[in-house]
Amino acid sequence: MPPFSTNRKHILPGFGLSMGYTVFYLSAIVIVPLATIVIGTFRMDPQAFIGTVTAPRVLASCRLSLTTALLAALCDSVFGFLAAWTLVRYRFPGRKILDALVDIPFALPTAVAGICFATLYSPVGWIGQLLAAKGIQLINTPTGIVIALIFIGFPFVVRTLQPVLSELEPEIEESARSLGATRWQTFRRVLFPHLFPSLLTGATLSFARGIGEYGSVIFIAGNLPYKTEIAPLMIMSKLDQFDYDGASAVAFMLLIASFTMLLMLNAVQRWQEKASH
Amino acid sequence: MNIAQSVKLKLTLALLLFSGFHATGAHATPPAPGNVTLLNVSYDPTRELYQSENTSFASYWLKKTGQTVTINQSHGGSGKQARAVIDGLEADVVTLALAYDIDAIADSKLLDLNWQQRLPQNSTPYTSTVVFVVRKGNPKGIRNWDDLVKPGVSVITPNPKTSGGARWNYLAAWGYKQKQTGSAVQAKAFVKALFKNVPVLDTGARGSTLTFTQRGIGDVLITWENEAHLIRKEFGEDKFDIIAPPVSILAEPPVAVIDKNVGKHGTRKVAEAYLTFLYSPEAQEIIARNSYRPRNAAILKKYAASFPNIRLFTLGELFGTWRQAQKAHFSDGGTFDQITAP
Repeated sequence: MPPFSTNRKHILPGFGLSMGYTVFYLSAIVIVPLATIVIGTFRMDPQAFIGTVTAPRVLASCRLSLTTALLAALCDSVFGFLAAWTLVRYRFPGRKILDALVDIPFALPTAVAGICFATLYSPVGWIGQLLAAKGIQLINTPTGIVIALIFIGFPFVVRTLQPVLSELEPEIEESARSLGATRWQTFRRVLFPHLFPSLLTGATLSFARGIGEYGSVIFIAGNLPYKTEIAPLMIMSKLDQFDYDGASAVAFMLLIASFTMLLMLNAVQRWQEKASH
Repeated sequence: MNIAQSVKLKLTLALLLFSGFHATGAHATPPAPGNVTLLNVSYDPTRELYQSENTSFASYWLKKTGQTVTINQSHGGSGKQARAVIDGLEADVVTLALAYDIDAIADSKLLDLNWQQRLPQNSTPYTSTVVFVVRKGNPKGIRNWDDLVKPGVSVITPNPKTSGGARWNYLAAWGYKQKQTGSAVQAKAFVKALFKNVPVLDTGARGSTLTFTQRGIGDVLITWENEAHLIRKEFGEDKFDIIAPPVSILAEPPVAVIDKNVGKHGTRKVAEAYLTFLYSPEAQEIIARNSYRPRNAAILKKYAASFPNIRLFTLGELFGTWRQAQKAHFSDGGTFDQITAP
């Protein structure tokens, strides 16, 4: 197919209109706001920019955001996979309700989730009490951040896996079995290669979301400099000091990180598609 | 007719037309009766205070001018609120936690740089100070600032980078040590030891209050005096005690009219009256009842029982202006960054 298929006759008219609409929308809600960050950053003196983004406190916060988001994405991959499998492959009472529950993290204001977690895991909360008795504290530690991010990223994995899983007919497994594959072989050689691209997509989305997540984390993180201060909080704290340039600089770095990740994801997907054809 | 006159004439004509269209039958002579709306952009813990003040001012203004005034409130962290005004929130007046935040608004040319000289007493109709809230019975025996750096004492205070109240807390601790030892080096070491005992830095004063009261974290909460009283009222006098340290800082939360916005809204007169009203005996009573320290000496005396005798030092005494204090302590690379660096 040629890259621009305007010449070809479409059954439905309106390419020009819908393309214009798409470009306008993307510009209004994505490109222009992001451009202000880039412009804000380029207004800065290069040395000031480097000084800001390599400040130990900023680096520590970026490191924390990246590692906690990565851990959360890994957890979500495992448990999201199980959840998607269960929801697609089995029929049981309450399945529809469970299925709907998966979307809650999308719909719930993240601050509400953060407050719920902080209350639950605090030393006087239901779960926190039991943990405190054993000398474990989750709230105000990096572990607390990971918990919040797992919650935020969970639906991304489940929702990207579900359609692929339901397209994957049980007959494929059956034929693999009848051709003599063991259960493990069936999973590893037959099912997993099919599911891997969407698992990767889900995990990357949840990772990218986790890097930028602010609302839920802020209540459970503790926000101590160098220890539990996430990168988005660095941006907020720079803004609160009226340091707009510094805030754009950190935002710019996060933007680059997310963008690189999404580009890599696209590349991997394309490679996967090629390999499977 | 020169240009200025012609412009004036056109403006008058336009105004006449405008008022003719919009207020048929209204008297053209000022003060225009009817309704007027003010927006007061304030910081976190003043919700309860301004609720009462606004009702009181509305009836005062109605009696005086026959005009009904509605005052809308906006609350949040002081720095965030200042930023909102800079970014275009059309506040008629701001009542913030510290002068630096209003300085920042002045820097963006929304009001005059010498705003703080416009109203009596540095434009602060009420003051407050920084006290401790501990759990009932004071199990850790907290009496003074020195008790906060003891091992095993967990201290809750918000993040001075994001919270105005937290900056007063920080400077109170610093000032206590500097006054005691005469040395800024020892003061810095003291504040460093104090922040070693802080397990969580919420972004605002209310966040810290919730961490301490609802999440059960920490042995002592450093907070505004008015917030301390509010905690006991809201969460139970049987759960928390207020400890007044012998020495603390005189916190001066200032108020100001935002010139550019009142000009645009035509609300200068009522906005200025509103802020002046805060100094009146009636308003000062409300201030005292909400546990802020009134400026009016007679009323302060009347409510003396609710304000323990704390030796209060001012910001100017030890730290200069807010701009200077901000730069030395809370800007990037300031003492707060230094003491929290690993």
